[in-house]
Amino acid sequence: MTARTPLYECHLEAGGKIVDFSGWQLPIHYGSLIDEHHAVRQSAGVFDVSHMTIVDIAGPDSLKFLRLLLANDPATLKPGCALYTCMLNQQGGVIDDLIVYWCGPDNYRLIVNAATRENDLQWMAEHSAGFDLTLAEQPQLAMIAVQGPDAIAISRAHMPAEVATAAGELQRFQACQIGDWFVARTGYTGEDGYEIALGAKEAVGLWRDLLQAGVAACGLGARDTLRLEAGMNLYGHDMDESETPLTSGLGWTVAWQPDDRQFIGRDALEAQRSDGVAKELIGLVLEDKGVLREGQVLFDADREVGVITSGTFSPTLQKSIAFARVEAGAGAALQVQIRTRRLPVTRTSRVFVRNGKSLLSSS
Amino acid sequence: MNVPGELRYTLSHEWVRMNDDGTITVGITDHAQEQLGDLVFVETPEIDAVVESEAAIAVVESVKAASDIYAPIAGTIIDANAALGEEPELVNSAPYEGGWLFSMQPSDGKDFDQLLDAESYQAVVSSEE
Repeated sequence: MTARTPLYECHLEAGGKIVDFSGWQLPIHYGSLIDEHHAVRQSAGVFDVSHMTIVDIAGPDSLKFLRLLLANDPATLKPGCALYTCMLNQQGGVIDDLIVYWCGPDNYRLIVNAATRENDLQWMAEHSAGFDLTLAEQPQLAMIAVQGPDAIAISRAHMPAEVATAAGELQRFQACQIGDWFVARTGYTGEDGYEIALGAKEAVGLWRDLLQAGVAACGLGARDTLRLEAGMNLYGHDMDESETPLTSGLGWTVAWQPDDRQFIGRDALEAQRSDGVAKELIGLVLEDKGVLREGQVLFDADREVGVITSGTFSPTLQKSIAFARVEAGAGAALQVQIRTRRLPVTRTSRVFVRNGKSLLSSS
Repeated sequence: MNVPGELRYTLSHEWVRMNDDGTITVGITDHAQEQLGDLVFVETPEIDAVVESEAAIAVVESVKAASDIYAPIAGTIIDANAALGEEPELVNSAPYEGGWLFSMQPSDGKDFDQLLDAESYQAVVSSEE
């Protein structure tokens, strides 16, 4: 299957180089990934994220179901707010990571990854048996992410007046629904901005208006470098069903309290926690020239201690950065094997850049 | 796409220039740099290395991927483009000039004549699209 989003023609018009991404024909870049990356850090960029799967959950048992399904606790959601969480299997393995939005009493919106769509939908359907609720995918909606320090001001100028007003009142990690426009102040870049779900026709109009206003069209390539700099995991690379949130740097998303909430995977996570977590996800910086890549092996002296899960060249830092999964006891001085050479790497926090600024203490 | 008529080419998208002194200079084609996207790192071969034809002897890395560069013919590496250490983007902006990768002394000068001419290379690229 290769599907096209409602913005496919817009990508061709903007010179997008189209690739297959989880069955979707999407642009990897529009000429220069690096220019697109800098546009988001310095001004504003727009991404077509219509391939992502939107699932609306409504009915009296919605919250009860989500508190079983998700490792973070949606009962903590205040009206209009969003929550990042993992959805686990019984072994504590990560089926997917997603954002759940509060959209009204007994009414939630989940946005999950395109690559895991079928598996996610099947898992949700199986576990919702016996709950009084409806699960409804929203494939007719397009989704646009506008990100960067100027993203909010520029995109509000191109929204219907009522939408612009409501969007202007959102705090970070809040969302609103005005007519056919769902606007969330969330993103995957480490910059401020919106993710907007709306009808296909409105999406094309908004896309064209934003490009006209000087916002840079950005592809999947820049989306990946931006999220890695921002310390955000990518499903299928930094975690999957063979890893838990605790071995994926996502322990902070697990709501252990209240003790009696029996979410799927809880028993396995508690066992892992009490046995001691054997692996951790860390950040790495390569001070030498070269590029860290997924799959490269890490050594502590001559002992193999881990592997890179995501690596790239950081356009903001002008050096290579990565996430790696390593043994919990691995030392501070690690080396990476790149082809025939072993090069020293520096362990860091996984958040390298936030709001346009480097967070590396020394460079 | 720019395919200069005076150069020779390989199926793996290197270009080869025959210099007046019988040495050759090698780089990647305009088509190749466009496919790779923004280059951020180039690993050039060791000078004095003796290499076989089609041996992987250099690497160009874009943000997204690393790609091997092959020796177009057998010979000895005599020079490498040091400017690429600081400015790998020269390969994108001037693939046939400032973005050259390395130069070689061929083991056998006649090997050059076996490489693709511009017209044949153009046909290879067209058939890939």
